[in-house]
Amino acid sequence: MTAEQIIFLLTGALILVSALLVVTVRNLLHAALWLVVALFGVAVLYAILQASFLAVVQVVVYIGAIAILFIFAVMLTRREMRDTGPQTRPNWWIAALLGALVLTGLIVIMLAVPGADRTPAALPEGLDTVWALGNALVSPEAYVLPFEVASVLLLAALVGAVYVAGVGKKS
Amino acid sequence: MNFWNDPINFIANWLTGLLTGWGLAAGLATVLVYLVGITVLIVFAMLLDIGLVWVERKVVARFQDRLGPNRVGPFGLIQPFADIIKLVIKEDITPANADKVIYNIAPVLAATSVIALWAILPLSSRIFGVDLNVALLYLVATGALGTLAIIMGGWASNNKYALLGAFRMVANMVSYEIPMVVTLLIPTILADSMSVIGITEAQRGLWFAVLSPLGAVIFLISAIAELGRSPFDLTEAESELTAGFNVEYSGMKFGWFYASELLHAFTFGGFAAVLFFGGYGGFFGLEKALPWLTNPFIEAAVFIAKAMLGYWVIMWLKYSMPRVRIDHMLAFNWKFLVPLSLVLLAVTATLHKILIVLPGWQYALGMFFSNVVIVAATIEVLRDYGRKQRKAAEELAPQAQL
Amino acid sequence: MSIPLSWYLILSAGLFGVGLYGVLARKNAIAILLSVELMLNAVNINLVAFWRYLDPAQMAGQAFAIIVFAVAAAEVAVGLALIISVYRRRKTVVADDIDLMKW
Repeated sequence: MTAEQIIFLLTGALILVSALLVVTVRNLLHAALWLVVALFGVAVLYAILQASFLAVVQVVVYIGAIAILFIFAVMLTRREMRDTGPQTRPNWWIAALLGALVLTGLIVIMLAVPGADRTPAALPEGLDTVWALGNALVSPEAYVLPFEVASVLLLAALVGAVYVAGVGKKS
Repeated sequence: MNFWNDPINFIANWLTGLLTGWGLAAGLATVLVYLVGITVLIVFAMLLDIGLVWVERKVVARFQDRLGPNRVGPFGLIQPFADIIKLVIKEDITPANADKVIYNIAPVLAATSVIALWAILPLSSRIFGVDLNVALLYLVATGALGTLAIIMGGWASNNKYALLGAFRMVANMVSYEIPMVVTLLIPTILADSMSVIGITEAQRGLWFAVLSPLGAVIFLISAIAELGRSPFDLTEAESELTAGFNVEYSGMKFGWFYASELLHAFTFGGFAAVLFFGGYGGFFGLEKALPWLTNPFIEAAVFIAKAMLGYWVIMWLKYSMPRVRIDHMLAFNWKFLVPLSLVLLAVTATLHKILIVLPGWQYALGMFFSNVVIVAATIEVLRDYGRKQRKAAEELAPQAQL
Repeated sequence: MSIPLSWYLILSAGLFGVGLYGVLARKNAIAILLSVELMLNAVNINLVAFWRYLDPAQMAGQAFAIIVFAVAAAEVAVGLALIISVYRRRKTVVADDIDLMKW
């Protein structure tokens, strides 16, 4: 077992354990913080996969923006966060069953992917992934249209969120 | 390769040789050498931090027409160690009903987020942690971790002042992150690189502060806001919030927050030097005549001096500015700094593409004057706005007297 | 680089399953959103792993991961805005209690 495999296994265990804690822990703020840990683990995976840009963006976007948004939402709706009463629906076992079913199904399908046991070739010589990604996102032959659509989506979501959550002028 | 030209690699090679000579596997030896390197870097940063305590206290004393620490040791040099001993032997208090685990992790995370920055800080062309190709984004990412540490500390303290301070700090950091990221893009465009080494090497001939002085100023302002230092120290506005997010912390846990704040300020002085003032190099081509200037140790000394200067400017602003009000601060960011930085980015990107074909001095002149024009236009817009505000106030004034 | 592709696939399947359980079982609307984030991240792990293992010169996997980031941010912004709006009107964030539209 190489050092890289050990790092992967440790990170994977961290991600899965903290993901389980996200969905089971009673205190919602703790759940949000466990989500941060899980997302940080995913950033480590991106680093192992040599997607350095995504690894850093994962920390900036998820931990820097989304997690903090969550923490604020938890605090704004704090009165309902008391640890009384069950945090799960009464028929949670159906959910657990469905989750397990999907998990096994996914694993079966994914292991059937041709070449699932392959190990990656080295990155092509002289390939600057950050440069290539930036180029792919703005070149017309590649992904400029999805990229622009995503930015319009973000803008629309922003306007919608401000409108929905805003107090507005009471007439 | 000898010690004077490439000290880090020299020592690393020697250590690896020594360890493999003792019969260790090559992979394990490399890991051990990296661990030693990380430890040395952290120890260096922390030792510097202890020095910064003394520097900060001496400088603030001078600004306030005092002498500062002068009893313990020559020039009070041993004062920081006395401070540490005091902090360590103080009672460690955890407030009732505090969220203990989060409360204890927060100071560690705060210090980690600052020390992590040292991984990419290039002390010289041969002395640095790693040369990431996404270093500037990494800078923003560690800032996000710092925000998380503050909100954890503020929430877990179970104290309304701490929570209010944390809220303010997060509002502060999230808003000022935008002009900061935009001004980080300016050196990226000018140097065609996001790695700190690449940016520094691109400034061998001319500092980016000359090509984009406005960018340097906006970076400095948003860096100060990110640090939560005066005039943006609303997070610990003593008169309103007692001491902000760290009000419940005592002893060395408070010490960690304090130490990481000082080191953070110095580190941002260093990043200002890297991004706009040539970092460890930037001798305007002088190093061709004087090759000894590219010695790693000389470069490191130059870098530390520049970072110290940046730190001194941050302190200068801190101790001579009154605190702004929170709504003023957010309005200043969203209504002034964000639009201005976006305009600056658009102009810089366009002009850089157009002017890059010209000879060097014409290019530099063009970039510089574009900044002058933007500043002049901004001042004109602000003057117009100020006139309108005054007029509205004058029209209201008679009514107010009635 | 000695990690087989299947490890990443199994890990992302596990993350997706945990997220699915959270979405279905949790009562609190914010907790449901947290679980959706886990599922989105599972998808992203797969996208990036396929990029790295199949054809690193083609940036499709990374580009789509970035679009997933944008979608996730949009989803969180709108979702939390809805939750806060509902909380203001009905003083609850429990998904079961938000049942005005049920016949």
